[in-house]
Amino acid sequence: MLALIGKRLLFAIPSLIGVVIVTFLLTRALPGDPAAYFAGPAATKEAVEQIRKKLGFDKPLIEQFFHYTNDLAHGDFGTSLTTGQPVAVELRSRLPASAELTLLGLVVSIVIAIPLGVLAATRPGSWIDHLCRVTTTAGVSLPVFFTGLVLVYVFYFRLGWSPAPLGRLDVFYTAPPTVTGFYLIDTLIARDFEAFRSALSQLILPAVTLAIFSLAPIARMTRASMLAVLASDFVRTARASGLSPGKVIVTYAFRNAMLPVITTLSMVFSFLLGANVLVEKVFAWPGIGSYAVEALIASDFAPVQGFVLTMAVMYVLLNLLIDILYGVIDPRVRLEG
Amino acid sequence: MKRRDFLKSVSGIAAGALAPTAPAIWSPAKADARSETLLIVSEGGPNNLDIHGVGTNVPGYEVSWNCYDRLISHEMKSGPGGVPYYDRDKFKPELAEDISVGDMSVTFRLRKDAKFHDGTPVTAKDVKWSLDRAVSVGGFPTFQMSAGSLTKPEQFVVVDDATVRVDFLKKDRLTVPDLAVIVPCVVNSELVKKNASEKDPWGLEFTKQQTAGSGAYKVTKWTAGTEVVMERNDAWACGPMPKIRRVIWRMVPQAGNRRALLERGDADISYELPFKDFQEMKANGKLNVVSLPFSNGIQYIGMNVTKPPFDNLKVRQAMAYAMPYQKIMDAVLFGLANPMFGAPKDRPTDVAWPQPTKYVTDMEKAKALLAEAGYANGFETTISFDLNFAGVNEPLCVLVQESLAQLGIKTTINKVPGANWRTELNKKEMPLFTNVFSGWLDYPEYFFYWCYHGNNSVFNTMSYKSPEMDKLIDGARTAAATGDTAAYDADVKGFVDLAFADIPRIPLYQPFVNVAMQKNVTGYEYWFHRRLDYRAMAKG
Repeated sequence: MLALIGKRLLFAIPSLIGVVIVTFLLTRALPGDPAAYFAGPAATKEAVEQIRKKLGFDKPLIEQFFHYTNDLAHGDFGTSLTTGQPVAVELRSRLPASAELTLLGLVVSIVIAIPLGVLAATRPGSWIDHLCRVTTTAGVSLPVFFTGLVLVYVFYFRLGWSPAPLGRLDVFYTAPPTVTGFYLIDTLIARDFEAFRSALSQLILPAVTLAIFSLAPIARMTRASMLAVLASDFVRTARASGLSPGKVIVTYAFRNAMLPVITTLSMVFSFLLGANVLVEKVFAWPGIGSYAVEALIASDFAPVQGFVLTMAVMYVLLNLLIDILYGVIDPRVRLEG
Repeated sequence: MKRRDFLKSVSGIAAGALAPTAPAIWSPAKADARSETLLIVSEGGPNNLDIHGVGTNVPGYEVSWNCYDRLISHEMKSGPGGVPYYDRDKFKPELAEDISVGDMSVTFRLRKDAKFHDGTPVTAKDVKWSLDRAVSVGGFPTFQMSAGSLTKPEQFVVVDDATVRVDFLKKDRLTVPDLAVIVPCVVNSELVKKNASEKDPWGLEFTKQQTAGSGAYKVTKWTAGTEVVMERNDAWACGPMPKIRRVIWRMVPQAGNRRALLERGDADISYELPFKDFQEMKANGKLNVVSLPFSNGIQYIGMNVTKPPFDNLKVRQAMAYAMPYQKIMDAVLFGLANPMFGAPKDRPTDVAWPQPTKYVTDMEKAKALLAEAGYANGFETTISFDLNFAGVNEPLCVLVQESLAQLGIKTTINKVPGANWRTELNKKEMPLFTNVFSGWLDYPEYFFYWCYHGNNSVFNTMSYKSPEMDKLIDGARTAAATGDTAAYDADVKGFVDLAFADIPRIPLYQPFVNVAMQKNVTGYEYWFHRRLDYRAMAKG
């Protein structure tokens, strides 16, 4: 098993090298001149040149690339010009915020979508099947930032149930000491239950926004896969043998239907990371998505490169995790690189 | 059986969907903290806490303004609508307690009781080091200092521990005002030198992350792109003790959410909202909305005069008659701007800037002028704008496009990303564009020097060159320095008239800075930099 994981990781190295080269070239190909941008509104040509020199953008591309990879090898992602902070530090402090939000969104989504999909599959054509179809279609058709804004409007502005969309914690709470970076866990470790409640209530709206967006693929995939499995011979045999419908559906059908659902989950998780960008903007969430977008707007190379690289590493790890999960769920699947 | 299964799963879903959404309840201690805390929400935050840093953005200026002191500052006067407005002509001492302006120098005697945040006293040495730093680091701060003829470290002389003299390179009316802008702030030189390195002799890396000044506030926490927390400096000596103990400044990228936060009473103050929101908030009266004109600022349509068709005066005049001025005022700005068009025909030119042109929308006249210029069937061109200000620029350009179409001019809209805008301006190749220029120093000759002078600075975006114009601008600068009022007035009127007759850029309106705040927030002051001064603010 360990050897397999090692082999897998080894295969990921060429892709990561490719990502490093491509992002470096792509960011350099972006329109816009960071030196002119950071020289400020009142800069003369000489001032722009001075800044270009300070930033090292006057050197040939190959030399810049050499510097970049050398720094990268030493764990230095460079410094963001927009925020003035080292990229590695910022990614480290922002990644948990995004991960906590995305994971919670995914959990909420799974909790709703899988039962919905199973129910729709066991009663095709019934009202619950239609309900499943309508909610998932609506969820995936609405752009996330729109869903987010509507939720804020209704639950914060109109009803006042939800706290102000001001990021991870209410303004007057202090963040718990960092252990995992996940506020829900860290506040519990610090036994600060008031802050826990605050963190949880801040999380609900953005997590629900993400969940609504990701309901469709999970529910539809569960339904389709369940339908196929329920029509198969072994289910018919199980039914004929007089097993209870609950046992047939949960023990026999569901486990067999899980494989495509797991594949979908990995896809959903990765596109949720993308959707995060917009949700983070709406909820002033200090995650890596909003960080990358702001950097992109300002032609700030280092954070964009750091972001893409982090994402690439996460995808590699995610794929590995999914492969391992396959083996756990279905022993017939052999992990062979 | 089936029915029971179904009910079970449904109740499971319901339990999963319901989650605790209790509203926040303030404990008494928190309510107290709240009344002395100012919560600001805005779109962007600082990228550097030091205005001398490389590429410090505009929100960074606000931090510098409140956390550092300068030798002198401006008095307040009553502005439009009774809002306190900085007085361009009256200075007050800040770190200095006495100013004496001589013929070729100005001498400042420092306050004895002023101390930096770490407790070391502010001395003449610190002042000199800070001013040296401003003229030496390059980029924006050095440029801003040079606007007041402050370019060499030799100009700053330590007379004794508590006295500093600034020598003039030449007579320039802008030298003293330039010492009251944000850039010449006084930095704790010993502290910064300790943290400087050979590569970074001015310690810019250190002051980027923390404030090292003597100002009324100090930054206690800064999470870039998320929040800035500032605490009052209880030992501040340069003015009356501010009432706000703590300032929390949160970045909320969504304009809709900033408005919701204000209307729900969760945030105290915000700017950078769409004009429509400001106008609606003004109308419903729940919040205080302050709208004040940018001092020395104009949004305009520029034309590149080096290339056809805009090298032709008749075409430029036709354009000036074809602008949908009033539509822009109503549909884009919701009335929140001062019109810079349509002055009565017999109105004499003022010795002031900005002032309105006599152009109005007159399509017949525009058509006739265009025919005279030989473009009876129109032409094709491109209008460019900065996407960073798309909220105003995009509808404005669409209206212009519509209006020009009536003359047969086919206009393509070119949206330039913010990061790229300055590069494009520098190239001076865009034929037609809209932009805004606003000068910190509120003097007509300052505006014209940057925007119309033949030395072709970045802001002379039209590449306009006219020996007559240069003579008038240089004349006004000299006259201002020597105090020759008659010559000054004649020159100012002269260059304004010439700018309107030659019309290389068409003034549209003077934009407003809009700030919305809770009714209990008082003490807002308008400054030339258009950012907040927390020192005067209070929560009632």
